[in-house]
Amino acid sequence: MEKIREIVLPGEEIILGENKPGNGIFIENGKAYVEYLGVKSIKSGYVNIIPLSGKYQPQKGDKVIGKVVDILSSNWVVDINAPYLAPLHVNDTPWKVDFGDTSKYLNIGDTILAKVMSVNEVKQVWLTLKEPGLRKLQGGHIITVSPTKVPRIIGKDGSMIKILKDMTNSKIYVGQNGIIWVEGTTESILQVVGAIRLIEREAHIIGLTDRVKEYLSKPKKGE
Amino acid sequence: MSGMKTDLKLIDENGKRIDGRGFDELRPIKIEAGVLERADGSAYIEWGGNKIIAAVYGPREVYPKHMQDPSKAVLRARYNMAAFSVDERKKPGPDRRSIELSMVISNALSSVVFLEQFPRTAIDVFIEVLQADAGTRIAGLTAASVALADAGIPMKDLIVGCAAGKVENTIVLDLNKEEDNFGQADLPVAIIPRTKDVVLFQMDGDMTQEEIDKAMDMAINAAMKIYDLQKDALKRKYFSIVQEDEQ
Repeated sequence: MEKIREIVLPGEEIILGENKPGNGIFIENGKAYVEYLGVKSIKSGYVNIIPLSGKYQPQKGDKVIGKVVDILSSNWVVDINAPYLAPLHVNDTPWKVDFGDTSKYLNIGDTILAKVMSVNEVKQVWLTLKEPGLRKLQGGHIITVSPTKVPRIIGKDGSMIKILKDMTNSKIYVGQNGIIWVEGTTESILQVVGAIRLIEREAHIIGLTDRVKEYLSKPKKGE
Repeated sequence: MSGMKTDLKLIDENGKRIDGRGFDELRPIKIEAGVLERADGSAYIEWGGNKIIAAVYGPREVYPKHMQDPSKAVLRARYNMAAFSVDERKKPGPDRRSIELSMVISNALSSVVFLEQFPRTAIDVFIEVLQADAGTRIAGLTAASVALADAGIPMKDLIVGCAAGKVENTIVLDLNKEEDNFGQADLPVAIIPRTKDVVLFQMDGDMTQEEIDKAMDMAINAAMKIYDLQKDALKRKYFSIVQEDEQ
């Protein structure tokens, strides 16, 4: 059991003590203040604010699910649910794409599982598909959740997502940006959607894992 | 609109105002955070007869593209009154007044948000006045800053405001509709509570320097009380989310 963590609001003063300021803290006139709404966490000498809401902020190495929204001669433009659209260059794909042939591989509306290759100072994001497992997602169903709920859906060491996969016999990918891709029979997709909405809604009530299990083992409607 | 003639007695013999308040009493205020599902952040405020909803979207791509700033985000607030918000139907759409209020609210909010963290984006704030009863710009701004915090947008502090004014040669706090229409002056003030920096200051009517100083003090003191309500609204919404981490 962790001790109760404190909710902090923008502008609240933080007493650092011997710790250093980490994420979500700004210094003004030698004093430390909270930058955004979140919970305070002290870890290895740093005080960090873990956000409780907000848009997805791309981080290098994140696996994300995105939708192709535009095609250029050597790029695809991908919407990854972040403040910015992210380009994917042909050199960062496993395919050998001729100049101008981009639409043969990915078209507008296609969904891809990609990795954030780099984010620079002005927040420009580049994606890559050059890694095992990263690919175009065909078929399936997309669910969008708040990015802050993603750790809840994955669970501790992937425990929750494993339950979802095993009990519904479906394929699931969870993007760090809060987009979830599910493939399976219609019934199993409906079950996963229901379970994810349950996790979103009741994440704070103790015994979530048991309730998800109970929900998934209940006979479906019409049976 | 102050300065109109009336037979109404705005302050009675016992020193009570038309709605029974004392000179330095606020109207009842209720704030709720996160009332809209689709917005990134939202808040609802009931301030006396005012009923206002604020919604925040973003940071997101800027459209039209020419408005985007490569070095920072643009914060665009839109203040809008519903057609049914006032006694006589308000013609829908932006007018001189709401364009100006949108501008002063945008400027006030821009002074606390860390815009430089989101270059090339827009943060859109929509303030919809459902029912108006004087002091809507300040109530809208107070709700908008709660909505921004709810959206997880990095900011130096919340913004909180209150109005004061002059009615029958007396300085009073938080004018209601009758006092606003028939009083002598109205002075909306918004501050950054931590530093007491003034981010919005307007005046309609006439007051002397001493009267302004007195009205400012009253408004700022009252604003600090409203600041507690803002914090309480946000903590109430997020308390349940924090409990999940204790599992």
